[in-house]
Amino acid sequence: MKHLSFGKFLAHFFLLIIVFIWVIPTFGLLISSLRDKDQVALTGWWTALKHNEFNEIVRTEKSTVQFEENGVFVITGNLLKNSSSKSVINFGITSKNPKAFKAPSKVTMKNGSTFYLQKDGSYRWTSDKAFKHKKGKRIFLTVNTPPSLTLENYKEVLVFRGLGQSFINSLTVAVPSTIIPLIIGAFAAYALSWMNFYGRDLIFATIVCLLVVPLQMSLIPILTVYNQIGNFFGVSAKSYVGIWLAHTGFGLPLKIFLLRNFIKSLPHEMFEAARVDGASHYQIFMKIILPLSIPAFASIGILQFLWVWNDLLVALVFLDKMPSEIVLTSRLREMLGEFSQNWEILTTSAFVSMIVPLFVFLSLQRYFIRGLVAGSVKG
Amino acid sequence: MTFFNFIVYVVIGVSAVLSYFVLANWAHDYLVGKFSKKNLQDSIFRPWIFMAPALIILLVYLIYPVSETIRLSFFDNYGREFTGVSNYVWALNDSDFRQSILNNFLWLIVVPTTCTFLGLTIATLADRVWWGVFAKTLIFMPMAISFVGASVIWKFVYEYRGAGNDQIGILNAIIVYFGGDPHAWIAIPFWNNFFLMVIMIWIQTGLAMVIFSAALRAIPEETLEAARIDGASEVRIFFYIIIPFLSETIVVIWTTITILVLKVFDIVLAMTNGQWGTEVLANLMFDWMFRGGGDSGRGSTIALFIMLGVIPIMIWNLRRFKMEQER
Repeated sequence: MKHLSFGKFLAHFFLLIIVFIWVIPTFGLLISSLRDKDQVALTGWWTALKHNEFNEIVRTEKSTVQFEENGVFVITGNLLKNSSSKSVINFGITSKNPKAFKAPSKVTMKNGSTFYLQKDGSYRWTSDKAFKHKKGKRIFLTVNTPPSLTLENYKEVLVFRGLGQSFINSLTVAVPSTIIPLIIGAFAAYALSWMNFYGRDLIFATIVCLLVVPLQMSLIPILTVYNQIGNFFGVSAKSYVGIWLAHTGFGLPLKIFLLRNFIKSLPHEMFEAARVDGASHYQIFMKIILPLSIPAFASIGILQFLWVWNDLLVALVFLDKMPSEIVLTSRLREMLGEFSQNWEILTTSAFVSMIVPLFVFLSLQRYFIRGLVAGSVKG
Repeated sequence: MTFFNFIVYVVIGVSAVLSYFVLANWAHDYLVGKFSKKNLQDSIFRPWIFMAPALIILLVYLIYPVSETIRLSFFDNYGREFTGVSNYVWALNDSDFRQSILNNFLWLIVVPTTCTFLGLTIATLADRVWWGVFAKTLIFMPMAISFVGASVIWKFVYEYRGAGNDQIGILNAIIVYFGGDPHAWIAIPFWNNFFLMVIMIWIQTGLAMVIFSAALRAIPEETLEAARIDGASEVRIFFYIIIPFLSETIVVIWTTITILVLKVFDIVLAMTNGQWGTEVLANLMFDWMFRGGGDSGRGSTIALFIMLGVIPIMIWNLRRFKMEQER
């Protein structure tokens, strides 16, 4: 008994470690996308919920804002721009010793004036003589910054980096590329399972072969054909219709294969009964098979939708990179070069590209898994 | 492209396909009913109305391109002049190509093995704890993410800042915390391949896990019970009952992941674009498709080498399908 519970403990322990390793990278991405961009660049995301110290160089107000009070000249202001969440830890008045004083404290400047800085960044600078400086005096600060999460990065990428547009483009590619092969595949699958015609087995054997053909085999010839069509009609070779058909072609063998397995597994008696009643194949398909196939459509459709949504290669080859056509994955890939050091933009963009798949996954997980298992068990 | 346009596009695209089936079948019923006395039920035309779009698309998008790619691999960069096997000779002497072949082999050995091993381990462990379903959901989640998205996630994990700076990539941060030196992981020749493979393993282990989970549930409880009564240890049961029971599942997972790995493209393009010795066939092919205006001969030759990898799987599938038919 004791041996068994130790084994149980090990199971818990190892699984916990594996889950932890699996989740940490995505978690880091999510946290980073919600952080302030300056903080993302300087500290690890795991410090996001900790207070951080940053060094800042700021300037006091110009001498023009001074006023006289009881015969003393005064300048007041706030070095932290009244940001209520930050606070000053140390400050200095020379670059040699930027952490010379602890806030709050009173410092005597070289010219005899007195500088009094408080923790919240507000200061009072007094002098017997009138201030004459044109530029504000430089002050070196060590600032304590509290953790702060913001949606600013999402606004930035969606509005100003064209990701909102790409999001719609991705939808425009993915939705028809999911529905069209399902319709075409369902009719073909029905014919292959319940109709008799010449060459049926040969066609199905060919489809089994095509299941595993890498799409790399198709890219060059189809691109050439598209270019020729484009040249002939004087239009762009890259279009939404072109990519819908390409995705349909690449996804069709698996769709037919899975739907045929499903339709063939439906009870034969039901089909016979409809035949006796005089229904044509078209009527049987529309009135009996289609309603029964909804769960299968859901599984296979989700699989295809995620495949198309996540695809990069087909989009790179068959769609333009202009803003009105570029899809999320393609844009994300561009950004990896463009903003290679701006992790707040990259993490946020990656998360935007993941929202739809994650939503589909979490809400329709059962169908998704069913489709995947069927797809690989047979494919 | 606005949201309104999106709706219009979708409606037009989908209704075009639907209307074919509706109209063709309607026309068929009308014409056959008019000119033939034969029963509508067994029309010889109907199967072809059902099959036509699928057949045309398969022909245009898969069958024609495969034969065309084979033909183009014997032609020059524009596909105009026959050049014999010169593309193949070029490939075998090209250092990038050789590198890609080696790397693809490395991927083929490491990724399916690791995924299968981890997937089986996790599926077994998750069966034994009460939060197993939750654990499986979390491990399965990367399956939903794109390879590019996953690449961004892991590029951030591997991010490197010069020694002395705060590391913002968690891998280097951990190493520095334990007193090691930070490294630019994806730029270390040879070993960087493994850092890219981690991404694929991270994604595909979920698939292996889910399939194993289903298969494990199919093992009859009585068999396991009998073995336990006979005094077999859990380890013995695992190796002498469970593994043989899962052998077909293992083959299925292996082939599925192998096919995927042969085509690995997005991860390499996004992480290194083949630099620092990480080139793979699919990325090299993509490169030659557009490099210098595109070289269809060399691109096709590279594609054929990818195809070569799936042919054994194709034959195996076909034999299995035939056996199923005869059953």
